[in-house]
Amino acid sequence: MSDFDVIVVGSGMAGPVAAYEVAKAGRSVLVVERGESCGAKNVSGGRLYTHSLRAVFPDFATDAPLERRIVRERISLLAPDAGVTLDYADERLRDVGCASYSVLRARFDPWLAARAEAAGAEYINGIAVEALLRDGPRVTGVRAGDDEITADVVILSDGVNSLLADQAVGAIRPKPATVAVGIKQVIELPAPVITDRVLVASDTEGAAWLFVGDPTKGHVGGGFVYTNRDSISLGLVVTVADLARSETPIYQMLEDFKRHPVVAPLIAGGKVVEHAGHLVPEGGFDAMPPLAGDGVVLAGDVAMMCVNIGYTVRGMDFAIAAGMHAGRAVVAALAAGDTSAAGLAGYRQALESSFVLRDLRTLRRFPDFMEHTTRLFEKYPALARDAMRELFVVDGTPIKPVRKSLLPLVKQVGVLKLGKDLWRGVRAL
Amino acid sequence: MSKVGPVTVDMADYLGVNKYAVDEGNPHIELAVDPGREEFLKLVRVCPAALYKIDAAGNQTFDFAGCLECGTCRIAAGGTVVIEWHFPGPTMGVQYRYG
Ligand SMILES: Cc1cc2nc3c(=O)[nH]c(=O)nc-3n(C[C@H](O)[C@H](O)[C@H](O)COP(=O)(O)OP(=O)(O)OC[C@H]3O[C@@H](n4cnc5c(N)ncnc54)[C@H](O)[C@@H]3O)c2cc1C
Ligand code: SF4
Repeated sequence: MSDFDVIVVGSGMAGPVAAYEVAKAGRSVLVVERGESCGAKNVSGGRLYTHSLRAVFPDFATDAPLERRIVRERISLLAPDAGVTLDYADERLRDVGCASYSVLRARFDPWLAARAEAAGAEYINGIAVEALLRDGPRVTGVRAGDDEITADVVILSDGVNSLLADQAVGAIRPKPATVAVGIKQVIELPAPVITDRVLVASDTEGAAWLFVGDPTKGHVGGGFVYTNRDSISLGLVVTVADLARSETPIYQMLEDFKRHPVVAPLIAGGKVVEHAGHLVPEGGFDAMPPLAGDGVVLAGDVAMMCVNIGYTVRGMDFAIAAGMHAGRAVVAALAAGDTSAAGLAGYRQALESSFVLRDLRTLRRFPDFMEHTTRLFEKYPALARDAMRELFVVDGTPIKPVRKSLLPLVKQVGVLKLGKDLWRGVRAL
Repeated sequence: MSKVGPVTVDMADYLGVNKYAVDEGNPHIELAVDPGREEFLKLVRVCPAALYKIDAAGNQTFDFAGCLECGTCRIAAGGTVVIEWHFPGPTMGVQYRYG
């Protein structure tokens, strides 16, 4: 007889949702989270697309600690001395079904954990699971400190830097080309100043802004800005394999990014109140480990359920949906009396028919496209700048017809290469 | 790429605003005794807290106290420079207040 029906390792996004589903079904569940409080070890950009949260908690907006509703999207191509920005505003972004909000994890994660606790989940905080208990191939529980606790099923939702995935399903640590490192600062500013600077209508609305090119000095990755209520989240995400060859270390990239003429006015007068670092899974579908073993399932970042497609990073809505399906599949397996890998196969099936595995499959070529299309980061931002210069810089020199001014620019990269990159990009999406 | 470009930022200012409970004398990351320069340089570039440094005399230094527990060094040089990486002990390490 096990101590618990289920043990959940990690209370980020996937863990508490899984625990909620298990507790709601009347099963006993223990959550072990290494942060002294939930969220204390966690970092995201971060914008939460709420569709999957709504599926579990339709009333989430009444009391979840959300920062601002994102109603404005910007993407900038940055050359060292210039930026070309696409700015998108759309009333559709206000629709309930596609709402997204900026969040701060140290505030959001405790709220999500409290929902699981209210449904009956037990929590241990401040201690890491050091090892999984096994009986032959079967996972039977966890070891945390001096305690050994057993369960019929362990739900592993310990995030991208999992030290346990190897013991669970033999997934060795991710390769440097399949993860990116995120570096982030939270910069405090008065709410009305933020509202004015990003051109939104009120202090409850905000913007998401992504940057390509100079922020990573041409390396694979990008910069991001999300507006919180009275702070700005600003940072970079850079693929580890490519960063390891960079002349500029990531923390200096961040400093230069903050001083870029497009970015500096946004944060002027602000005060840095936190400096954070965290990994981001990037390998996509082809880098995913097995999702279940005997007595164990994996949900969220630990299973690489995250997509970074340049203009948007999505991991939180994936983790929440995966947590929901993991919890439900485990409940069904317990009821059927078969918690072997075969008995837990319903989990993968559920993910196959949800957006989680469908989107990961649709985007499976994207990581490879990014890695091999370095022109996107190195050349195109400067090309965009030079094209804009031809259009907007007027100094009295007689103007050239567009075919004479813009065509030579395109030729620098090569019409064929440009076409090929475009084609490959469209195919990868 | 065997060099690192100029660094103008003083990371101590930024790490100083974070909340840590440092487990003095109990490092959670252990390095190989004499890691090669190329492998070590990778860590200088990827660590978001700038804890891997090469000082003016050319010595390779590492200080675990400001660690953000991201695991990037484990991915970039696990098994070469980084020979042991585990989480800090109970309630120790970084504590994000925003995240
Ligand atoms: C810089 C950056 C920007 C991002 N931007 C976005 C964004 O804008 N939108 C978006 O949707 N996603 C974004 N993501 C991705 C998103 O943060 C993750 O995909 C998401 O948090 C994954 O949720 P999770 O529950 O799988 O893992 P996590 O949220 O990482 O939770 C894992 C939990 O497990 C705990 N844990 C780990 N090991 C143990 C152990 N051994 N014992 C006990 N507890 C343990 C951790 O403390 C943590 O609480 C971003 C990520 C980064 C780093
Ligand atoms: S875990 Fe992250 S912050 Fe800590 S030393 Fe390694 S790279 Fe630096």
